[in-house]
Parts: sequence; C-alpha cells; structure tokens
Amino acid sequence: MSKTKELIDYLRRQGLSKEQMKLINEELAHNGSHEAPDEFSQGIYLENRTFYDFLDSRDFLRMNMNAGQQARLHALDKLLERDKQRDKDGFPRKVKLGKLVKPIKGGNDKTIIIPTITEEKLYHWKGENSQGQGQGTGGSGDGEEGEVIGEEPLRPDDGAGQGAGQGKGGQHGMGADAYDIGRILTEQFELPNIKEKGKKTSLTRFTYDMTDKNRGQGQILDKKATLKRVIKTNLALGTISGDKPVDSSKILITPGDRIYRTLSREKDYESQALVFFVRDYSGSMTGKPTEVVATQHIYINSWLVYQYQRQVKTRFILHDTDAEEVPDFYTYFNKQVAGGTDVASAFALVNKIVEEENLAKDYNIYVFHGTDGDDWDARGNKALSELEKMISYSSRIGITIAAGISDYSNTFVEQYLRKSKLLESYPDKLRLDSMKAADAGEERIIQGIKLLIE
Amino acid sequence: MKLIDQHTKRIMEGCKERAAAAGLKFDKETLEYTVSNTDMIELSPKNMIPTLYDYWVQDIQVLRGKGEYEYYPNNPYETVINTRPVISFYNNNNPDWLNVMIFYHVLAHIDFFQNNKFFQHTWDYDFKEKALTDKRIIARLRAQKKRQVDYVIEFARSIDNLVGFHSSYQDEEENKQFSFTEKVEFYFGRFMQEIKNAGMNEFLEEVERYNKDSELPDQEHEERFLASIRLRHPEFDNLFEKEQKKKKIRPEEQDLMQFVLQESGILNQEENKWMKSVVEIVRETSLYFAPMIRTKTMNEGWASFWHENLFLNDDRIKGHEVAFAKINAGVTALSKVGLNPYAIGWRLFMYVEEMANKGRLSYDFRRINALNERKAFDSKQMKGRDFIFHVRENYCDFTFFNTFVDQDFVDKHKLMVVGQRINRQRNTREYYVKSRKARDYKEMLFDNLYHPPYITFQRKYENSLYLNHHFEGQELYREYIPNTLMGLEYLWGGTVFLETTELDQEAMRKAAGRDENNVQPIFHRVLYTMKNRKITKENF
Repeated sequence: MSKTKELIDYLRRQGLSKEQMKLINEELAHNGSHEAPDEFSQGIYLENRTFYDFLDSRDFLRMNMNAGQQARLHALDKLLERDKQRDKDGFPRKVKLGKLVKPIKGGNDKTIIIPTITEEKLYHWKGENSQGQGQGTGGSGDGEEGEVIGEEPLRPDDGAGQGAGQGKGGQHGMGADAYDIGRILTEQFELPNIKEKGKKTSLTRFTYDMTDKNRGQGQILDKKATLKRVIKTNLALGTISGDKPVDSSKILITPGDRIYRTLSREKDYESQALVFFVRDYSGSMTGKPTEVVATQHIYINSWLVYQYQRQVKTRFILHDTDAEEVPDFYTYFNKQVAGGTDVASAFALVNKIVEEENLAKDYNIYVFHGTDGDDWDARGNKALSELEKMISYSSRIGITIAAGISDYSNTFVEQYLRKSKLLESYPDKLRLDSMKAADAGEERIIQGIKLLIE
Repeated sequence: MKLIDQHTKRIMEGCKERAAAAGLKFDKETLEYTVSNTDMIELSPKNMIPTLYDYWVQDIQVLRGKGEYEYYPNNPYETVINTRPVISFYNNNNPDWLNVMIFYHVLAHIDFFQNNKFFQHTWDYDFKEKALTDKRIIARLRAQKKRQVDYVIEFARSIDNLVGFHSSYQDEEENKQFSFTEKVEFYFGRFMQEIKNAGMNEFLEEVERYNKDSELPDQEHEERFLASIRLRHPEFDNLFEKEQKKKKIRPEEQDLMQFVLQESGILNQEENKWMKSVVEIVRETSLYFAPMIRTKTMNEGWASFWHENLFLNDDRIKGHEVAFAKINAGVTALSKVGLNPYAIGWRLFMYVEEMANKGRLSYDFRRINALNERKAFDSKQMKGRDFIFHVRENYCDFTFFNTFVDQDFVDKHKLMVVGQRINRQRNTREYYVKSRKARDYKEMLFDNLYHPPYITFQRKYENSLYLNHHFEGQELYREYIPNTLMGLEYLWGGTVFLETTELDQEAMRKAAGRDENNVQPIFHRVLYTMKNRKITKENF
C-alpha cells in the first residue's frame, strides 16, 4: 500500500482534479484482492440443477459423457468451411468461437475454446433481472423463510454473457490448442497474415542439408535405406524368403536399389516472437472490461502462435499501481481485480525485462496492453516516456481500451495518447482500439484484433 | 456397441420375471448393449437413437453450459429408448448386483413408455425403423440437393418445439370416446348448437330420434337419419363440407409445423415437394420425443421407486444392500438447492401410494382441518399400489404435480422454494428460503417444467404469416428471434410477423426515476417483421 500512497502523494503534488480524485477514491474503496481462484473450486459451489439437467447415463450409470471430445476436433475444418458457405448463401454464420473457458494452469500454450452452435428457437427467456433475481428453484432442508442458506462468490460472468474463467463450462469444453484456434481465426475471421518486411522480420530462412533421398544417384549412399530396398526387391523376386536362411550369393542388386542423400533446401525458422500481454487488474476493471481484454488477449495469442508456427514466447504482466509478472495464462486470465491504476508501472516493467534479458536482439517483440482507460495519472507523463522507449524495440504495440463508460473515446489513457501524437508518429508500431466494454461481443473483439495487428 | 454377454442377459431375464410378478407390464423382448465412451459421443447428439438422421450440427458440440440449458431445454435422452423391441445401453464391467439395480430401473422405464397414455402415439410402430427409413430419405435427398437439405433441416428444427403434441392427442381421445360418424357428430354438435341455435327441447328430441333409429346400429340407419336431416335442412351437406375444410386446420392451431406443411407456398410447389418430406421427418421426430420431456420427473420417479423396491426384494443379490444404498442415495437424495427428478418423482410416488393406502385422496380427508385428525386419518383401504399404477398410466409431470403436491408433502420433506439474489456488499450470490408454502412450491415446479411458448398463427394479406405469441409472464429470448423467423420465412415463402410482449426498459427507467431498487416490470407489445431476411421491430 505504501507504494500507492507514494503515487498519490506524487500525483497530488502534480495537481489532481476533483474528478480524478473521485476515481482514485472509488478504486481505493474497492474491496477485493488479487487472488486467482483455485482451478477446481471455481465451479458451481451449490449444485443448482433442474429437472432436465439430470440424465440416467450421467447420474445413474455414471458414464463419462465428456471423454474423447478432442476426437471431434478433426471435423472442425469441415464445419467452418460449411459456415463460410452459409455466408455465400446469404444466411448468417452459425459457428461461434465465443464461449471460452478458463485456460489450464501451468500450460500457456493451451487455451480452451468451444466452437459452439446454438439451435435457435422461440424460447421463453428465463434469465435474471438486474438485481440478479432469477427464477426460483427447488430445495430442501432447514431454515426459516427469508433465511440465507448458501452463497457463492460472484463469477466474472455473473449477469452477462461470455466470461473469463467461466467455471463449470470446462467440462463441456473441447480442448483445442492455441495453434488451431489461431488458424481458425486467421482463416475464418480473415485476420491478416503477417507481412514479410525485409529480411529482418521474415519468418523463415533456408539452410542446405543432406536430407532428401534419391534413388539411383546422388552424393552420399544411404546404406541403411539401400539395404532395406535390396531386401524388398529380393523378397519380391523370391531370392529371400522368411523361413529359409539367406543365401547372399543369390541376392541381386539393381541400380534403382541404391539410395543416396542429396543436398536440399530446408526451411528454418529464423525469427521468433515474444509477446507481452499486459492487463490492468485495478478495481475499475470489474466485470465486462476484464472479460473483453482477457478474451482479446487469448485470441491474439492464438493468432501469433499460428503465424509464428508455434515459435512464440509469452510473458504475462498484470498491473494496478504496481506491476507484477505472472507465470502462466491461467493466472493472468483469472486473477481478480483490486487496487488502483498506474499504467506507467506496467510499461516500465516490460522495458526492464526486455533490457535486463536483452530480448530485443533475438525476438520480434509484441506488446498488447488492455485497460479500461483509467489512469490515476491523467497526464500520463511517465507512461508516455516508457511507451516511447518501448516503441524503439517493438514490432507492434497494441493498446485496447475496453471502457466502462459510454463515452469510450474520452478516457484518460486515450486522451494523453492522442495528445502525445505518438499514434501519428509511429502508425506501424503503435495501435489503439477503444470500445465500450458493455457492447463488445465476439465480432467486435475480433474486429479490434484486426485493427491492432494489421 | 456390443450385445451384453449371456451371463448378464440371464440376470436381466431374472429381473424381468420379478418385475412382471410385481405388476409391471412390458414386452418380453428387449435388447441390451454395452457402449464405449466413443459410442456415447456418437449417440448422445442423436438422443440415443442410433438410426436418427444425420445433421451436421450434431457433429459439433452444442453448448449446454450451466444456465444455458434452462433457456433451451432439449429432449432429455435416456439410456433406454422407446423402440420395439426396447433397446437400452450400459457401460461395461458393472458388478452383477449393480446390473440388477440398473435393470430394474430400466424395466420400470420400459413399463412407463409402454403404458403411460402420453406415449400412445409411439405404440404402434418402431421408431428406430422409421428413423432408419427417414435417414435414408435424407441421405438420398442430400445426394441430389446438397446443402439445401441441411438448410431445410435447420429451419424445420428451429420451429420443432411448436408442434401440437397436446392437440393431436386431444383429437385421438375425442374420436375414441364417440363412435359417431363425423356427419352425425357435426349435426349434434356445431350444427344444432351453434349454427341453428336449437333449444334444449329440440335437441333432446333429436337425440331421442337418433337413439331410436340406431337401436339397430348399422350404416343404413345412420344414412336414413341423415337423409331426414337433409330433407329438413337442405343446406346441411354444404355446411358440413365447409366445416370439414376448416376443421382440417383447426386442430393444428397450435401446430405451426403442420400449418406450414399444409399452407406454405414454397413447400407446396411441385419442385419443392422434397422439402415437405424433410419437414415432416423433423416434425414427427419432435412429436416422438414430446412425451419424454413432459414426463421426465414421473418417469425417473417411477423407475427409482421400482429399482429400490425390486432390488431390496431380490433374493439373488443379498448382501449388497450397503453398496446399493450408497449409489441409490447418490441418485435420489434431495438436493439442498436444485430440482432432482429422481428425488422428487420417487418421493411423490411414495407419498401418493401412502395417501391412497390410507384413503386420504378422498373428500372425507380433505374436509378435515384439524392437524391431529389429519395425522390420524387412516381408512386402511390399502389401494395404494393400484392407484400408483393408475397414476403412471394417466398423468404427465404437470398433472402429477398439480394433483398431488400439497402442504403435507412439502412439510414432510422440508421442501422449499429457493430464491437467489446478488449481495453487492459481500460480492456473492445468495441463495435463500423464499417460501415453504405448497402453493408457491407448486408454482415454482410449474415454472421449471418444459413449456414451449403458446403461439397461434394465421395467413394474412399478401401471403404473409402472422404469429401471435400469447404472453404468459415471460418474454421470448430475444437473441433467437431473428434467425428463427428467418428460417420460417424461408419455409413459408413470404413475410413473417411475430407479435409478442417485451419488457419496456425505457418506460421502466422513467417510472423508477432515481430509485434504482424499485424497478417494476412494464411490458409492451411489439411486432417483429421478417422480410427478405431482414428483421425490423416496432412498438404497437
């Protein structure tokens, strides 16, 4: 907390408007902590199922209803192709990537996404009203009328739509690794492919090696392969047979049996991408902004993994007034919001990591930052200077503002970015995408990615 | 998918003997298969019917996360399918005693399928065979019409919850009760009572005349009777014909699919006749599953009632009571929050049996108010067993709850309505006891039952189709409206309107003013128009 205090003192000295002070106080009053929920405890605390959720096969016979769903993924391409065809036929697309479920702890190449289809019909809406009062359900046990019999922590998706860390959906999920999702995103949603820009950023280079095999002639005889070939030929001729000892004098060797290695061109991956995902987890990010940012970052990660043929390293940074690096996507994705906001702290940490580990030399560096656009330092002096430093070595910096307010293009972060003219000076390096978090659906989020990376 | 081994089959046959002796009625022939997880993945999107038609959406995971399911309850599939012979599916390697328990559960399901009247229309044919024929028809069409077939399936499925399950059933019942020919029925019914507005006397005279005439009930007498009517009312035949034409549509008032099949301009064009067979297949499949979802709780309750009853009396597996109890409790325990069909159905059957045994399902019992007298009431009739068989035959979930859930039942099992609300201070979702009154509990049960929206419809000017949603307290799920109507426009071949009721957020905000906690729902009627695949909405 002392660091927060320091920051406030510093900002006070610089001069704070009433409005800023109000925002700061609101965030300070936010009662929460940065805990990542335990992977297993994240589901439904109270088993609230209704009649049609029970099935003999699952509840009575205890059959595993979810095994082997990976097996179905192979059909995905076909399905997506069909979906594209729908577009041509003048019908809306049906396959959605929308529902993404918590990433798995410890593995940062694994994201779970469920391609989903809804069979739309005219149904009664049984959702909740704004106070979270849904339709009543049944129960049994003791307790007077009005008595609270149980509670569960609010999930980020409570109240609306797709969610970061949507708990129970996990068991319905289909595991798809980031590479596949990236491919789908690229093809299905027509995200751009990375353009080759001169030699430095090209993805591949070629080396020459004795790898190709050639029958009849070549540079070096491949003895093992040749021997195999000779045996095959002689089996066919009948000079060798399984049950008799081999008489080497009868063995015939034809010129075609000789197998040589020849010099050939090989693809080699030259450049690798290093991606920093930076997310604001301050108090004001509660709910939809967090969800939008986390979702977009999952998609971006997948896209890069595909573009760089898995040659992608990722680093995850969270910040409130203080920045912290976290080990995996799970933690990054799930840590809850709390605390105040200082964007500069995160940018400074990225710069520090890049400098200390001398990363700029070996990698194409990407930085994606997601925020709701609040910054206690409304002028952003520090943040801007760190940003400029960052621009000097990055291939691309994408800043997403998922604003909680409806006037989404008027956030502090956007204001100081526009003022600084950095966006105009480095159109190839720095991109900004602002949206109103509450209205941002899957389409909008993917649209945003295009803007950030094109 | 493999048939169970001979040893296990013998166990099943033993179960059948004991179940039949206890009064359950089912066909002798059954087929049991063991299935692997992979089989289950293939089978579950097809509602366990291996021969169901192929449809690409089945290949992808249809998301059914928590909460989501409530918005669009699908057909609950069982591990027992209602075919001839009945087929049931099991996992491998169950110990014998567990198989005994499961077999009894399955046999009770079979008994329910084959005796509950809501399944009547599935009794005369083998759905699995019909499905296979349908599957072949669709496969053949797909070879000719390519992906068009899938569009038709998709759009047909998008209205397959709007089939007249109850109205078709009602017609069958009516026809059975009166063995009049349609003309005579029309004469005594609509013609005399509505068109001619005949007085009671005249009506009774005519009834008498008919009865006298039909003492020798053969066709000639009826003809003679009708001839006499024609003499007096020369317009009779004409009116009858007209009525017949109207009647064709009448029973389908709630069967949107049937209406589309009969009246759609597109489907009835010569080159599109094939679409009709596809829509027909989807409709019949939906009707086949309709009773299942409407008897879910009864069916599971009935099966749980019998698997417990028969297992504990089975001499073959003595010594496994503890293991049985553990599994049984896992399935049939009442949940603290949530509605478990095994638990509630089973308890309600037991309760009904007890009530009937003590003669409490009677007027005599109902007029007693004093608690101690009610508790002591016992006529020792012991008719309970017969009575629950009667219930199994004639009730569905709605009537089951509506008739038998009362305050005694709710008190006995400490049942309650659980409400939920968000506690912003604690950042939690709270579950609280909302009510322990039987009336509220019943209402809550009804709210949780499968209930497709009540929509009537008619053809309007310029070949448009006008749907009228009768509001029952819940608005339609708005996100799904555009695509559903688009599909309907495709099948209908003209503009589609939907009149429905929605929350008027604007008016609510205005009315509530600053008091955010006092938002009262305000509804208004709106009209959706789907024209050329574009949707528009306007207020009335």
